[in-house]
Amino acid sequence: MKQTRDSIKDIWGERTPYYGNWPVRVDAKVDVEPERWVQSACVLCSNGCGMDIGVKDGRIVGVRGRATDPVNHGRLGPKGLHGWMANNSRDRLTQPMIRKGDELVAVSWDEAMNFIVQKSKDLIKEHTALSIGFYTSGQLFLEEYYTLGVIGKAGLGTPHMDGNTRLCTATAAAALKESFGSDGQPGSYTDLDYAATILHCGHNIASQQTVLWMRILDRLAGPNPPKLIVIDPRDTFTAQKATVHLAPRIGTNMAVMNGLLNLIIQANAINEAYINAHTIGFEELKHTVSTYTPEKVEAISGVPAGKLQEAADILCKTDTLVSTVLQGFYQSMQATAASVQVNNIHLIRGLIGRDGCGIYQMNGQPTAQNTRETGADGDLPGFRNWGNEEHIKELAQLWNVEPAVIPHWSPPTHAMQIWRYAETGSLKMLWISATNPAVSLPQLERIRKILDQKNLFKVVQDAFMTETAQYADVILPAAIWGEKTGTYTNVDRTVHISHKAVEPPGEARADLDIFLDYAQRMDFQDKDGAPLIKWRTPEEAFEAWKKCASGRPCDYTGLSYAKLSLHDGIQWPCNEQHPEGTKHLYKEGIFNTGITYCETYGHDLDTGAANTQDQYKLFDPKGKAILKGTDYQPPHEQPDEEYPFMLTTGRLVYHFHTRTKTGRSKELNDAAPDAFVQMSEADASKNGFSEGDMVEIISRWGKAIQPVKIGGVLPGELFIPFHYGYWDDPDRVRAANELTITEWDPISKQPHFKHTAVKVRKYEQGILDKAATLIKDVKDSFNS
Amino acid sequence: MHIGNYIDMVHRGQQDLAQAFIKVSEHHGHEPDIKSTCILLAGWSRQLMEKIKPFAEKYGEEKNKEPDKLMRDLFEGPRKGSMALLRDLQDLWLLAREAQVASIILEQAAFGLRDKELITVCNDINGFSKRQISWLLTRMKAIATQTLIAAE
Repeated sequence: MKQTRDSIKDIWGERTPYYGNWPVRVDAKVDVEPERWVQSACVLCSNGCGMDIGVKDGRIVGVRGRATDPVNHGRLGPKGLHGWMANNSRDRLTQPMIRKGDELVAVSWDEAMNFIVQKSKDLIKEHTALSIGFYTSGQLFLEEYYTLGVIGKAGLGTPHMDGNTRLCTATAAAALKESFGSDGQPGSYTDLDYAATILHCGHNIASQQTVLWMRILDRLAGPNPPKLIVIDPRDTFTAQKATVHLAPRIGTNMAVMNGLLNLIIQANAINEAYINAHTIGFEELKHTVSTYTPEKVEAISGVPAGKLQEAADILCKTDTLVSTVLQGFYQSMQATAASVQVNNIHLIRGLIGRDGCGIYQMNGQPTAQNTRETGADGDLPGFRNWGNEEHIKELAQLWNVEPAVIPHWSPPTHAMQIWRYAETGSLKMLWISATNPAVSLPQLERIRKILDQKNLFKVVQDAFMTETAQYADVILPAAIWGEKTGTYTNVDRTVHISHKAVEPPGEARADLDIFLDYAQRMDFQDKDGAPLIKWRTPEEAFEAWKKCASGRPCDYTGLSYAKLSLHDGIQWPCNEQHPEGTKHLYKEGIFNTGITYCETYGHDLDTGAANTQDQYKLFDPKGKAILKGTDYQPPHEQPDEEYPFMLTTGRLVYHFHTRTKTGRSKELNDAAPDAFVQMSEADASKNGFSEGDMVEIISRWGKAIQPVKIGGVLPGELFIPFHYGYWDDPDRVRAANELTITEWDPISKQPHFKHTAVKVRKYEQGILDKAATLIKDVKDSFNS
Repeated sequence: MHIGNYIDMVHRGQQDLAQAFIKVSEHHGHEPDIKSTCILLAGWSRQLMEKIKPFAEKYGEEKNKEPDKLMRDLFEGPRKGSMALLRDLQDLWLLAREAQVASIILEQAAFGLRDKELITVCNDINGFSKRQISWLLTRMKAIATQTLIAAE
């Protein structure tokens, strides 16, 4: 076995300090020497590292980073270096299956697809297409999402389409839309090369985007290291490197952000010329944040007034700033509102649209950006506005259907509402692709009950027999990364192509082929009676998408499979005007807020009420950014006498999502084999818990059993990693989401995974012997 | 002078609205966003009630003897399920509209009296009413199609 470095022991590898640029370091891991290398990009986080797949004898035998790729300069993280082993797993699904009685029985593709088609037609006849919904992923490729989007919106005409991106990245999109008029990350990863200050908001980047963190570590190791401000209640790897670490109580981000804005405004560190020329809403924002003195913020959040001041001082003086935001904000109280305040800091200081000034409203998944762009989630393709009739007409013309076919009477249904419709019975068919809601959604007991409903027809399209697939009426075995060709886009809008390197196992098929097959069998037609979907291959789908994205912020018209295969990643918009792609959006301070162009008319930050076009007319920003503020609101469920702890959940460095892939790499699994509950020393000693004790954690929504890991969280707070389900350990109730509350942000509709009130007690059922081994593993592998 | 009558109307409008939002939040606990948003909006109405109180003292609140027709007729009978949710939201919308128009009428009197404080309070009430109404509309529109066509 050959590897250039041991990424399990040394997650980020050796330092290669910056001296003017970020040096190349090619990370690789292969089992045997490959016969050939195939161009691709990593799919195990949202960073999107350029990567080659090593192939020998028709099998994937390893990976290496692409030295020339602008995203990673050759580096790969532990998940990227090891995750590919899942492709070769013996657990892969290789045949379609249909539930017959209590059993899932292998059938032909014809039988499985005809069954789905018959069921779809019956349901449409009896209940309209409103009885059919799709719940997809942040793991498929752009071409697949776009095809799915067209099937749903112009074929079936159902508004019920969303992705698990609702759980990970919905707030990124929502926050960008509220401030800038449309989705689209303003910055570029290259901003890290210049930034004097980096602000991480609820983002443990060291564990989540390890390669992006390497870039920061290398800046820290070179001359002129940037200052780091980290907002996170936990003592994470990221927080340990911070110049200033603000550790707010769970659920109080909004107060901290208002406090920072207030201090910046009070210090008069604002860029008045920029504010006047390029924004609206400053006076209201100033008024809203004016009461958030450091003392008030300390009372709400526990962040010492002096620390807040220290952070604000840095933000006031810096002439370049990169901010990153992730789940600590997105999955918490006032998710969109708090994330918008990060945009506001950049806007009032004029730190946007140039080198060193980037906002990354991070995505959780490698292709999450594409669900948002193509409309496979709760958006319309090309960042179009469901409230704008002209945008609907554009789509209708492109697809050659009547505008009325496209559901646009209200926003596309968000995932949590789709599940609610399934629960109440009006949604009767749910097609789940490449995601595992039976482990990843909140309040799992409820989700299992919904999945168990006999009158809900479940199609599960996946590569493995996940916890969700076990409830399926039909299972469709899917090809995964490396077994199909397609493109995907990372956080800084870099588009990569990933070529097919090997054949999928057994009868597994590319998701694109499955969707196309469904469209053909359903006989979806345009208004002239021709097939609605006119493409058969990934490249044709990409070309169709280019037409859809033309003239919109996410313009791909300057890209092609040939160009992407010749180059490394290229940042959209890429068109005639910008043939080499675009590093920064909003360079001239002109935003996508014009009434005919914007993706949304905006929302009330407290209630989520949607502005209408008429309301928007009254303040049409005509290209200015929108500064929006609001007051802090406490989480709805507060710890009390009965449930005295606040539980938060999150990731570990070695795993992705529900471990469907990473759990099948021996190295990654050995590095982090099991869940645990992290507790402060004070709480452990007060309750008489020792390291490794098995405890029962109980919320109003469920319970879980975990070994105790002491340290790294604030008193009164607990942390459980959310990766662990039941496919490899059905014996212990251990999924973090057994406990989490069902509620969501009013705008982004992203669930609040970050705060649930719980109680803890010793678990006394002869499991203690098992605990000793478990905790040893946990201890060895624990990474915050 | 009948201003006391309208101060009572505005006061009671917010009181009824606060109660009704809480009632709907309790009825529809299985719809998490309905529950939390209704509680939030009930809180707004309670705060507005407090703001109007000083004017009851200043001008005298004239208890209106008309029966509270709207409150009585709305939220009638046991309601469950998605149709009930739609109906309850529509009833809230009616109440919020009623509360809003009362504040608009009172503001006219405040203009005549050159009572700046009362003008500000009426303005606040109108502003919050708009936000309440806007949310109710957004939410009703989002579920109406499914409820009227696909729900059983």
